[in-house]
Amino acid sequence: MSQVFLGMPATAPAGVGHLRGTESFPRAARRALADPQLRRNLGHATTTIRAKSAAVIDELPDWAQLRAAGSAIKTDVLARLPELLVQLEAKVTEAGGVVHWAADANDANRIVTDLVRATGSDRVIKVKSMATQEIGLNEALAAAGIEPVETDLAELIVQLGDDRPSHILVPAIHRNRAEIREIFLRAMPGVDPALTDEPAALAAVARRYLRQTFLSTRVAVSGANFAVAQTGTLAVVESEGNGRMCLTLPETLITVMGIEKVVPTWQDLEVFLQLLPRASTGERMNPYTSMWTGVTSGDGPQAFHLVLLDNGRSAVLADRTGRQALHCIRCSACLNVCPVYERTGGHAYGSVYPGPIGAVLSPQLTGVADNASLPYASSLCGACYDACPVGINIPELLVHLRDQVPHPRAEATAMAAAGYTMDRPRLYEAAQRATRLGRLAGRRGRGLPPPLTGWTASRDLPEPPEQTFRQWWAQR
Amino acid sequence: MNSRDLVLGRLRAALAADPPTTTGAVPRDYRQSGALDLDRLVQRLTDYRAQVHRAAEDTVAETIAALLPSGATVVVPPGLPAGWLPPTVTVLPDTGLDNRQIGAADAVVTAAAVAVAETGTVVLDGSPDQGRRVISLLPDRHVCVVRAGQVVATVPEALTRLVPHRPLTWISGPSATSDIELNRVEGVHGPRTLHVVLLS
Repeated sequence: MSQVFLGMPATAPAGVGHLRGTESFPRAARRALADPQLRRNLGHATTTIRAKSAAVIDELPDWAQLRAAGSAIKTDVLARLPELLVQLEAKVTEAGGVVHWAADANDANRIVTDLVRATGSDRVIKVKSMATQEIGLNEALAAAGIEPVETDLAELIVQLGDDRPSHILVPAIHRNRAEIREIFLRAMPGVDPALTDEPAALAAVARRYLRQTFLSTRVAVSGANFAVAQTGTLAVVESEGNGRMCLTLPETLITVMGIEKVVPTWQDLEVFLQLLPRASTGERMNPYTSMWTGVTSGDGPQAFHLVLLDNGRSAVLADRTGRQALHCIRCSACLNVCPVYERTGGHAYGSVYPGPIGAVLSPQLTGVADNASLPYASSLCGACYDACPVGINIPELLVHLRDQVPHPRAEATAMAAAGYTMDRPRLYEAAQRATRLGRLAGRRGRGLPPPLTGWTASRDLPEPPEQTFRQWWAQR
Repeated sequence: MNSRDLVLGRLRAALAADPPTTTGAVPRDYRQSGALDLDRLVQRLTDYRAQVHRAAEDTVAETIAALLPSGATVVVPPGLPAGWLPPTVTVLPDTGLDNRQIGAADAVVTAAAVAVAETGTVVLDGSPDQGRRVISLLPDRHVCVVRAGQVVATVPEALTRLVPHRPLTWISGPSATSDIELNRVEGVHGPRTLHVVLLS
């Protein structure tokens, strides 16, 4: 790499992490759509969460104002990102933490692996984190002989089921209680076969299973929901208490955070602590939120490392329209309202970021060519924009990205030919007469010929009228 | 070039290529405060399965006695008012207890720093009457005593009362999960029972 390119915004590297699928969205979606159990599970879960979320959002008379404030704070963050990160670094360091910078997934995985190795531990407990999923940290740790233990219930279900996450908030949303019971019986040693599929019984099993691991593991890895530049304070929002266990019990805490998670001031938390729980789990407040600043003597981990992750975010920042995707606070409200996500589930998107936000974030992080089908994984209905608590205009972004998708040459040729014809009235009239011949072919024959068949695979060409407007006008 | 310079260089280049036009102004016309309503706190705590008990400063001990079985072992932070503890329980003051001792206790009793009525939240900040984070985490039952003067109406008011560099734990009901079919189920890793004793 030459010196010139070193400072240029860069996309996330291929071959590491989970931002790229192995097949296109339509192909993967087709398989998901054929699974009736998956569709029932998703339909039930998204319907439940939409109702809960709407009820608690309706309780706040100032939701619109909070949303506008959240959006404005994030816009300000992006405009001042380098300065805020430097300020955050200084404050965390002042408070006894150590800050590391990771240019990409490989960099971050190496930093975390080295930090864990230095402690001598061969196991880490993990708080659910999108950033570490994104970079494939678990695979990197396992390759280095370090066992990563996911402690969030849904992540645990995914890990024990040797499965992939399918939702930002609830990675096992595609599993119902009966399937979860089966996974626990199969993968957890010593589970009573009389275990019922009552959610409370399943949660109790996870509590027993993980307690010893929490108490005996010396290193934890977490993500972060927010980091306050002004004070150096990190915040993790959670429900189960697994986060508190990981953030409190080990000797060493390593937090991997996407650089866009920084907020300027302590006061800014008042906005996001109201927006996030109501938009994500549909609660007035999630059961537990932990905030810590560096190291506190005599309380919690005495070694704290913060890893600031780029991995394509600088490339997203470079695009004036596209950069608003970095406003995302990972609430998953857009997934829950999306008619496409509700039917296909998260796996079809290929990336750890599924749903509408994934359809705009993943292609930007990897470069559009590597996730070219995702900007089309939407009907552009706009429900995601309405639901987004920080006002990301996802439909605008989808259209913006569709412009950047490399289009097949046949499509460009056809469009150019159409343009040429429409510029020339005589040619256009001749073409219109020709389309009338299509009437003779009947319904079945109304697809376009190769290489344009892709266009009509999922669209019906309109039946040409008996008479064109021009002919009618001439005869009038 | 190290990763720090690389990342910062990339970000500066990204912004220079297409500079943002924002003024940086944040409209803060959302509610900063609200009318104090203790009943709302009780209702919101109860809604998320916390058990709320009203008491006066001189009836705290008898209130707590009714919540914990006789002979229960109770972890307490070093600065907890001694008068809050009933004689019926065995007190384990946290003068460096290890995690197994804390986890084996029947309950923990702490004070709080702030409570938020609108969200049904209590916040602990590690002060001497609240103690280390671990003591309110491992026991299965948490009794949290909140003074009326610590209750605020809204989240913004709570943040102005808190000191950022203290280790903060915001607690809204007992440990719960929404991970199974997105229904809220109480009782995962944190205390499965949360009692809030509200002094007024």
